Amino acid sequence: MISVLDVTKRFGEKTVLDGVSMTVQDGEIFGLLGPSGAGKTTLIRILTGQLRAESGEVMVLGKRVSALSGADKKQFGIMMDDFGLYERLNCYQNLKVFADIYGVDDRAIAQVLAEVKLESARHVEVSKLSKGMKERLRLARALLTKPKVLFLDEPTSGLDPQTANEIHEIIRARKDAGTVILLTTHNMAEAEKLCDHLVLLHEGKIVESGTPKEICLRYDRTKRIVLTTRDGRAQTWSFDTSEASKDLKMREDDATHRLQQLDEMTSAVRKALEENDLAMIHSQEPNLETVFMALTGKRLEE
Amino acid sequence: MHTTIAIWKKQVWDTSKNKTILIQLVLFPVITVIMNYAVKMEDMPELSYLKLFSIMYLAMAPITSMSAIISEEKEKGTLRALMMSYVRPWEYLLGVGAYVFCCCTIGTVFMSKGCGMEGQAWNRYMAVMAVGMVISILLGAAIGMWSKDQMSATSLQVPVMCVFSFLPMIAQFNDQVARVGKFFYTQQLYNIVLDIENVKISMENVVIIGANALLILVFFFLAYRKEGLSKD
Repeated sequence: MISVLDVTKRFGEKTVLDGVSMTVQDGEIFGLLGPSGAGKTTLIRILTGQLRAESGEVMVLGKRVSALSGADKKQFGIMMDDFGLYERLNCYQNLKVFADIYGVDDRAIAQVLAEVKLESARHVEVSKLSKGMKERLRLARALLTKPKVLFLDEPTSGLDPQTANEIHEIIRARKDAGTVILLTTHNMAEAEKLCDHLVLLHEGKIVESGTPKEICLRYDRTKRIVLTTRDGRAQTWSFDTSEASKDLKMREDDATHRLQQLDEMTSAVRKALEENDLAMIHSQEPNLETVFMALTGKRLEE
Repeated sequence: MHTTIAIWKKQVWDTSKNKTILIQLVLFPVITVIMNYAVKMEDMPELSYLKLFSIMYLAMAPITSMSAIISEEKEKGTLRALMMSYVRPWEYLLGVGAYVFCCCTIGTVFMSKGCGMEGQAWNRYMAVMAVGMVISILLGAAIGMWSKDQMSATSLQVPVMCVFSFLPMIAQFNDQVARVGKFFYTQQLYNIVLDIENVKISMENVVIIGANALLILVFFFLAYRKEGLSKD
């Protein structure tokens, strides 16, 4: 559905995208995860024809972006961070302007308003809507043409968890209806929850890609066991689970340390059980945040 | 064409709630009619207020409205959303321009009929005003495109508007200003409107108005090439 091959984009001296390649398959939610300035929005702009890449090849709907016709591009739904709404118009009028441009009827407006749960706010002026409602209206505008490909730039940025969840539900429903969704986010929980496939972008380069689970397992080198007692105290033990640690020729002091750790942990668990003091015991796997830290030395939110 | 109509319709909805633009479009016609009946002086030629205020109106309302509409859309990101919906720049400019033209035409009809202008003179007056409005709309659009936001549009639009609208009035009292002012389209349009009952259009009128229109058209295309409607 979408393929990007060795794309490079510069703004003056600054290289914003550096040899980016990726493929988005039919029916998947594809995430571009990275901190601000990683090149996520620039990549969406190139994919939607708002910007041109210096080099590389970008194909959407089986055609080069530069060769897409107006009719092809009407199969895109685009929700960019800087696409505003007409504040003095009401929700219906905001959608009607674009419905008239796309040539879709009032039933489509009613459908998308219902989909984003804004029917009751149909005649409310946009300036009087909450931030979450405005985001839902912007999403409704992107959904108006029943697009084949949906580009969402930070769709839940700055929203409360409940509104973010509502938007996630809408996105999932669209995916189930067969829409390919490409979204950018710097929220790793959102990426883990929504995306079938992810690329981690850092300073214009893809530093990792795969399903969220694959990426995390690839960096599952340390297993952490956390024991929490009833008074809230937590004890943590870390075990090296990398391939190297399975080597029988492991250094003697490493092996001794590992045995000591195991011994210490089992004693603590037994003691907590005997004293009926065990509140919780669980393992801690690496998440996308820790993977990103391991790869770049930076946090996603930076 | 349906895209241009959609933009036009959007502008009707938006302006009906935008007091700043509404005042620009309504204020002068109303003041003109009031002045025409309320302030009468001896030896004052007929329809003097109408003739003077009409020119001020056509240099103010279209310039400020066009530049305010375009710069606000740029600042708020609605213009980018339109461009990404594959609205062609000319469709957008035609939609907004046609709307401003209609509003100004209604204002012009209101003030001319309100002041009692009739017959062939009225037809000629409307034609002259239409020419002036088109030039001013182009100038306003160029200012709107040139500006990144409403603040920069205002700082550019105010001096331009003052020069074009006040020069014909000041030129009546000052010969030096009149010598400079005659090179502006508003002064030439004023000269035509002053004697609209007798239709005396000179070559000077035509050449200067044509040259102004050409220069403004060049500025319009430069602004379009430099900033366009949705460039970063």
